[in-house]
This record gives sequence, structure tokens and C-alpha cells, in this order.
Amino acid sequence: MLASLVLHLLGLVLLPFLLPGVINRVKAWWGGRRGAPLLQPLWDTRRLLGKQPVYSEVTTAVFRLAPLVVVATTLVASLLAPLVPGAGILPFANDFVAFAYVVGLGRMFLMLAALDTGSPFEGMGAAREATFAVFAEPALFLVLGTLALGSGHGNFAELMLPHGWQAFLVSPLCATALFLLLLIESARLPVDDPTTHLELTMIHEVMILDHSGVDLAMMQYGAGLKLTLYAGMLAALVNPFPAHNQPLLSALVSLALMLATAVAIGFVESLVARLRMRLIPQFAFVIAALGVVALLLATTQPELG
Amino acid sequence: MPPPPYLVASSLTPLSHGAFVHALRERLDAGARALTYFGAPLADGVIELTALLQDDQGLAVLRGHATGDAGLPALTVQFPQLHIFEREIHEQTGLPMPGHPWLKPVRSPVAPMGAYPFFQMAGKEVHEVAVGPIHAGVIEPGHFRFMCLGEQVHHLEIQLGFQHRGIEALVLQRPLAHAPALVETIAGDTSIGHTWAFCRALEAMAGVTVPDEVEIVRAIALELERVAMHLTGLSGIATDIGFLQGGTTWGRLRTTIINLSMQLCGSRFGRGWLRPGGVRFGIDAETARRIPDVLAQFQRDMRTVSALFETSLSVAGRLHEVGTVTAETARELGLVGMVARASSLDLDQRVALPGRAYTRLPMPHAKQLTGDVWARAGLRIDEIGRSVVWLQQALAVPGLDAPPLQAIGPLPPDTLAIGVCEGWRGETIHALQTDANGNLRHFKAQDPSLRNWFGLAVALRGNDISDFPICNKSFDLSYCGSDL
Repeated sequence: MLASLVLHLLGLVLLPFLLPGVINRVKAWWGGRRGAPLLQPLWDTRRLLGKQPVYSEVTTAVFRLAPLVVVATTLVASLLAPLVPGAGILPFANDFVAFAYVVGLGRMFLMLAALDTGSPFEGMGAAREATFAVFAEPALFLVLGTLALGSGHGNFAELMLPHGWQAFLVSPLCATALFLLLLIESARLPVDDPTTHLELTMIHEVMILDHSGVDLAMMQYGAGLKLTLYAGMLAALVNPFPAHNQPLLSALVSLALMLATAVAIGFVESLVARLRMRLIPQFAFVIAALGVVALLLATTQPELG
Repeated sequence: MPPPPYLVASSLTPLSHGAFVHALRERLDAGARALTYFGAPLADGVIELTALLQDDQGLAVLRGHATGDAGLPALTVQFPQLHIFEREIHEQTGLPMPGHPWLKPVRSPVAPMGAYPFFQMAGKEVHEVAVGPIHAGVIEPGHFRFMCLGEQVHHLEIQLGFQHRGIEALVLQRPLAHAPALVETIAGDTSIGHTWAFCRALEAMAGVTVPDEVEIVRAIALELERVAMHLTGLSGIATDIGFLQGGTTWGRLRTTIINLSMQLCGSRFGRGWLRPGGVRFGIDAETARRIPDVLAQFQRDMRTVSALFETSLSVAGRLHEVGTVTAETARELGLVGMVARASSLDLDQRVALPGRAYTRLPMPHAKQLTGDVWARAGLRIDEIGRSVVWLQQALAVPGLDAPPLQAIGPLPPDTLAIGVCEGWRGETIHALQTDANGNLRHFKAQDPSLRNWFGLAVALRGNDISDFPICNKSFDLSYCGSDL
């Protein structure tokens, strides 16, 4: 338990910086460049922490509160999600539902802060975030719900563990769906482009345009942590080593899988152009469709067995 | 023999304003295109009007006089291609233009902008997004106002003029020898296109004829500029849609091309290469032999990355049917250059008015049919290929070491000279007018951007606001070239 807690804390400190660093490095390689140091996002954060935030005169307390809420909710969510395989730090029945809505609370404050600036760009970004979240949420529940139904357990600790032959069908489908969902939730290509400077095309980046200094650092840490959580879920799902038998091996494999996820994101970002904005809901529908297929497979399993 | 890409006319007899409008309408009705149309104030409140027209016979000019009291009936409603010219004449000379639907200033100073009545859309869910004139990237200043319903743009109003430097007036104030350096800065990315048009006008006026080989060196400079700028645009489009290979590789390939310009004239942007009376740098036989190898390697890499771009489903899905300009709209609005060719118009002055360089080595006309962002990107890939093949042929022409510059003698009195050059963006037009003593009295420079900006506004109608960046990049217009 203690080891798991220590690993968890290490993951919270390092992975939100390391995973984006890995993605950037992979993209640099594809582009024929050497790329920035792997921990560059960490050094950027340190630099931002030394800067005083600047606040627009029209913003209110909501704008200042939002970065705190975003980080706080994501940290709470990290206590529920299986960052280290096996249990979250605070497992309870149906904790995955709480996970979804704690993350949702952070999203709400992110959007409120964007609207608080009064900028038409940020308002557009918030509207897009809200719209796409509407499509992404059912997809998430279809995936996690399918896993819960298939495993007969309602918390992260149990539902992610491979079980029986149906894992061969259900797990890959759910893993694919989770990976695509990760692309939406952590604002990566082909849904969003974290490197663009074009405000009119941004989703996530445009909502944090007015944040600076410590606030911006918190927003970026929150985003990095969210990416880490989704990568952690994906890793827990496909990790073949059960945590209760071989905890250390399982944790190492999960770490490797999370890094592999980052590499896969780097590949996607290097090889695929961005989707047209109006196609993103369809992208979310594809994820939901994968979830439905997985659900059908999971529910027909007992008869076949 | 095709008609020349310049026109000289001495002692034109001006038509009265009624006869001028009548003649202009008649010529346009008969299918002529207006290349440029400008006004210059004379003494006693008389405005001198000059319209340059083009039809199958080549270039022709109409000259008229109008006065502020009578004004000049606007022809924009009947011929929308004239709208920007009539707005510009109204702004520069104050000539009333009764019947013009939209006399918005073309380059008004920033101060009155707050009071300017922008188009407005009413409705509870309608919203406006204002972008610029200060942008997030290192680009030129321009103000864009989107009238949107949700993500869909119903109209875009573009406000330019933030870069107005009064360059036409500067050219007249300074000695003629300073003019080419000024002309090169009208639009920094079209140094060659502008300078060649200026050289053509001035040489035609002074009666100087440069050797064919000098014309070919100029065309080599122009095609290098075209290839470099098309690569910049393609790299920009690829970056804007997050297509990494295109963004990085086209950007790298551009360096190869601008370094060739550097090698040939000492400037990566072709500054100081072309001058009235010739070129300051020729191409010696040894260099002319070496460059085709560089170009061959360039072609190989270019084909690879272009194939990746053109066969990628995600790229095709992103660019097809976005920012479409139909051929009819392009013709009606008088769009020019690569934008017009991407909308299937036959409009390339290298073909229509080839001059000696493109008569000796013809440039095949590139064209696309669909008029969307995909077509404009495809056209640029196509034109790069054609230009590189052309460059290889041109470098094989013997005797490209240029002779020294020929002197430009005193200019003839009361003469109008106009030069036309198909720059990478489209037709660049320079007009010079001398007074009774043979001094320059009026100078008009026209970048193709001036006419194409409104095309961008129309192209965006009904598109998503998130598609604006790729539409903008695919038009690739110049702010300073339009602002002068």
C-alpha cells in the first residue's frame, strides 16, 4: 500500500510533464529535428511559477479560482483512477462515476474562466469544449460501464483487471475507445492542435489564453495530469500482469505502457492532419459505437460461455 | 507575335466624363477585363482617369477627365470587378461616385475606424468575432470582423490600411534612381514581381530595350520567387491543419530555393537584382551548369512530400470544399492570379502577355477546377513543378552573363507607360505618367492582393470560422502590397 502510494505520488509529479515531453520528442523526430529535452514541460512550469500572473480588469474571482479548481479536481480524480495498476488511492463502489464528474467540475470551471474574460475567442473555445464534452461523456460511460458490466465490479480497482476469455475481445475495443477518447479529452490531434497559434481554430488552448504565470502553470499541469490519468486507465486496461500478484512488475509495465501511449499520440500527431471542426462530434460517435459493440460482446458472453 | 506586357501612350486625348464612362462600359460589355483603373488630381479640380483594359488584342488604355462637381457615375453595380478601383479613386481624389453601393475607404487612417459603420447582422444568437489588427503570430496587421451564427460565418468584413506608407508618393518625391529600391519594398515577398513590372514600364517609356538574355535572367528570378513563396504558402497550410510532414519539409525546401537567389544576386529575396536597364547580376556559365543538380534533388524531395500531402485522406478531408470560389464569382469580382486559376479561369499573364522570355520558353498554364482550398494548394504544387522544369530549360540558355545596365535617358513628356508582370500571386501592374517637362507626375503600383482580398471575404461565406486560417493562407494575400 505504501509502495503504491509512493509510486502514485511520483507519477503525479513526473508524468504530467514527461508524457507531453515524450509526445513532443516523437513529433520532433518525425519532423527531422532533434527536439526539446524530455522534461522541457517541467522547466517551462518552473519558469512560469516564477512569474506573476496578469489579470484583465474585466475578470472576476471565477477567473482566479478556476486554475485552483482545475488542479484540485484533477488531483482528486487521480485518487480514484488507477494511475498505479490495481486500486486507486481511495477506492469505493462505482468510483468511476465520481471520476467522470469530478473531472467535469474542473471542465466547468475552465469554461467559466474562459467566459469570464469576455473575449469572443475564449467564448468560442468554451462553447466548443462544452459541445464536444456532451458527445465525449456518453462515450466514456459506455466504455467504463461495459468494463464494469463485463467484470461484474463497479470500481476502477476491479473493472480494469483482465478476466476470462472475453478480455480478448472487449479489452482491445475498450482500449481503442479509451485512446480515441484521450485524444479528445487531452486536446490532441486530430481533435485539437496544442501547437497552433490560430485562435480561431483552438479548443483547449484558447480557453487558457488569458491565464499567465502561476495560473497558466496550474492550467497546464491540470491538462498534463488529465492526459496522465487517461493514459493510466489505458495502461491498466491492457496491462497483462495483475497488480496483487506482482505489484512492482505491474507498475513498471504500466509505466512502459503509458510512455508507449505517449509515443502513439506522437505518431498520430505526426501523421494525421486535423479534423474539420464539425466532424469532431462524429469522431466522438465512433468512440461511442466502439463502446456499444464492446457492450454487446460483454453482455452476450455468459450465454456463449 | 503575342502582344507585349507593357503599353506606352503619348499625349492621350482625354474623353469627357460621360464619354469615358460610356466607352468603359462598352469595352467591358464586349468582354474586356479591367487590369487597373486609377485617378490622379490635376490642376483646377480636374481628375484624370486612366483605365487599363485587356482583351485578345492585348492591352488598351482609356483616358478621361472628370470634375468634382459632376462626379462620375459608378459602374460597380454593373461590373463588380471595378468595385475596389472606384473605392480607391474616391478615396484618393475625393471624386463623387454616385451609384456606388459601398464606398468604404480602402486604406483610411486608423482613427475613424471606431466610427465606421461595419456591416452588422442582427439576431439573438448572432455574434461577432473581431480579429486583429494585432495578431498572435508574426504576421502583418489587418482587422477581420466575422459575423457568425454559431460556428458558421455569414459575412466577413476586412479592414486594411494599417501598413499604408504612401509609397506611391515617395517614389515621386525621390530621385528616379531611388525608385527601384522603394518598389522592391511594396510587398517584400514580391520584390521581383513588382520590380520587373516597374522596369517594364520605365524601359518602355524611355525606349530602352534590354537583350533577350536579360529578360530570361529576370524570369529566372521571378520563377525562383514564385517557387519560394508557393513553398511558404504550402508549408503554412500544412502547419495550419497540423500536417507535420508538409509543414517541416516544404519549409526546409524553401530554404534551398531562397539560397539559390542568395547565390545568384546576394539577397535571398531578390533585392537589388533587377534594375531598369537590365539586371545587376547575371548568371555565369559555371553557376548555370551547377544549379540544375540542386533543382533535380529539390524535385525529388518535392515529389515525395507532395505525394504524402495529396494522398493523405485526412488532408483531403480537411481541404476539400472549404473556401470555395466558383469560376463565375471569380470572374465577376475580377479575381486574379493563382486564386483565379484555382477557380478554373484562364488568367496567366505569362501566357497572355508572355514578353520575350516566355515567348522563347513558354510556360504551360496551370489550372484547377474546384476553386476550394484543396484546389489552391494543388495549383501551387503544380506551379512549383512547372516552374522548376522551366528553370532547368532557362538555365541552359547560353549567354546569361548580363551586360552592364543600360542608362535610362530623359523621359518623354506627357507619356503614360504601364508594365505588367505575373508575379507569384498574380498580375502586378505599374503605371508611370510624365508631365510636359518629362518629369514623373503620377505613379501607380498595384499588387494582385488589392483585388483578391474581397474574394477571401466572399470565399468564407457559409464556411466555419475555424476554416478561416486555411482559407486565408490559401489566398496568401499581402497586406502591405494592398496598403501601399
